[in-house]
Amino acid sequence: MKQSFGERLFDGMNYLFLSLVIVVSAYPMLYIFNSSVSDPNELLHSRSFMFWPEGFQLDAYKQVFHNPKIYSGYMNTLFYVVFGTAFNLLMTALAAYALSRSDLYGRRFMMKLITFTMFFGGGMIPTFLLVQNLGLVNNRLALILPAAISTFYFIIMKTNFESIPGEMLESAKLDGANDFIILFRIVLPVSKAILAVMTLYYAVDHWNDYMGPLLYLRHQDLYPIQIILRDILLSNSMEAMGPGADTGFAIGENIKYATIIISTIPIMLVYPFIQKYFVQGALIGAVKQ
Amino acid sequence: MELIRQERAADSAAVPRGRITFLRRELVRNKYLYLMLVPVLAYYLIFHYGPMYGLMMAFQKSYSPVKGIFAGTWVGLDNFTTFFNSYYFWRLLRNTLVLSFYSIVLGFPAPIILALLLHEVRSKAFKRTVQTVSYLPHFISVVVIVGMLSTFSALDGGLFNVIRSLFGYEPMMFFTEQNMFRPMYILSNIWQGAGWSSIIFLAALANIDSQLYEAAKIDGAGRWKQLLHVTLPGIMPTMIVMLILRLGAVMNADVQKILLMQTASTYEVSDVISTFVYRSGVLEANYTYSTAIGLLNGVVNFTLLVVANAISRKANSSSLW
Repeated sequence: MKQSFGERLFDGMNYLFLSLVIVVSAYPMLYIFNSSVSDPNELLHSRSFMFWPEGFQLDAYKQVFHNPKIYSGYMNTLFYVVFGTAFNLLMTALAAYALSRSDLYGRRFMMKLITFTMFFGGGMIPTFLLVQNLGLVNNRLALILPAAISTFYFIIMKTNFESIPGEMLESAKLDGANDFIILFRIVLPVSKAILAVMTLYYAVDHWNDYMGPLLYLRHQDLYPIQIILRDILLSNSMEAMGPGADTGFAIGENIKYATIIISTIPIMLVYPFIQKYFVQGALIGAVKQ
Repeated sequence: MELIRQERAADSAAVPRGRITFLRRELVRNKYLYLMLVPVLAYYLIFHYGPMYGLMMAFQKSYSPVKGIFAGTWVGLDNFTTFFNSYYFWRLLRNTLVLSFYSIVLGFPAPIILALLLHEVRSKAFKRTVQTVSYLPHFISVVVIVGMLSTFSALDGGLFNVIRSLFGYEPMMFFTEQNMFRPMYILSNIWQGAGWSSIIFLAALANIDSQLYEAAKIDGAGRWKQLLHVTLPGIMPTMIVMLILRLGAVMNADVQKILLMQTASTYEVSDVISTFVYRSGVLEANYTYSTAIGLLNGVVNFTLLVVANAISRKANSSSLW
């Protein structure tokens, strides 16, 4: 089909604009990476846009890797991500399976009870006091129990379970399987894609959680990486940057950049491979919303 | 929320004559399902309805962790009037609403425009590249985002100041500059969220019946006319539902981000209701007062959600429930 001049002009501008979107989205990370490996003295006096590194060193990364705080922060975050996500998945799957069954009496009422919490809640202070009263302050469970189920993710998973053919469940029942067996042996194995999505969503939430530890953790040895990051990036705490950071102002800046890269790289590396699933999950949510 | 409507039919059809015998039989028949729901309902009752019960603190003078919720003196609406009359009330309300206003006016259309432009791209590979790269910022934690803003603001060689110097301006302390707080907050939100939020609109665009486009072409509609008469009406329900949800969060600002971004010298523009609640409640232990402010916030949000939903259902029948 022949295109008018106007249409071709629009297409050209569109490609140009979207290319700009790519640049604007990616450039800050490129800037930070190039700065992190730049020579500290050059970085200090540089007025460049850092399209490539100015000089080269990896000392900042060595510094970051040898920082005991970053190490313990990383280990704590790993703990919250692994156990938190596992607990999230178990609870969300139980809720999603039971409430996906249309023959369950009271399902409508329970769905109302649950979805209402998406739009109204007790808020920060009553929740904080509740967690305190349960004795969960300075307890790793404070980052796991109060966030056991995300109602939005639960709806995505339930919607997905509802699309499983009823005959599959019926025939399992005729064979004498109870609902736990059906859930773990039949429903979950055929729902690997949605489980992958849920795992990733929950894991990213735990990885990035800042408010939870800010409210509920006071002991330094429980701090996840995000709190350590705040101390390094925003409080300019030399102590948090690790031994050797105070030898010069410049290396401190390199350490900040290197820390950003180190704390963001895991998800950046994994993401392109799992993007398909991420988007799939968001779409399932989108259609049902 | 369409689901809830479907279930209504199933439930009411199932109730037979003897309610008790029916319930007992149902409990036995689906005992494992109910067993599964025990931890789930316990979770919602404790961690969601528990705090809602705790909202009663808002009507009390003070809260003692030892004595519990009912030990305090009831003071009616005193906490609310104290807040309305406080020195900070108008500043907090203004800052909260201004941030929300800009977030809606600038932040809400951004992903829609991005989705519409992506929809016009014919090259699959290019479209995928734009999507992959523009989704990435979504996964960066709020601490790192603010950390990036902070390093970019450095007086010596920070990116923002390098850009300023291109135009011949002196370097500036962005983080302590009042005029810079709102633009930094809003623009970084758009930078981080526009790509990811466009997914939902791309999904809506993909669901538009291609026959509608064919029919429009036969009627002689060009791409602009197709956009106006097919594409926009096609994604209107999604846009309305997203807007209703956004209106239900008008009183919320990103408390984590603002707590990380604000400095004492920007409180005049950066202090919002939720950051005030955090400081007053968690740091200063004014539990009942800050709970009252939080309750007020929640009620306003919920009311706006319900009203917006009702208006939308009347006007064009797309709604949340």
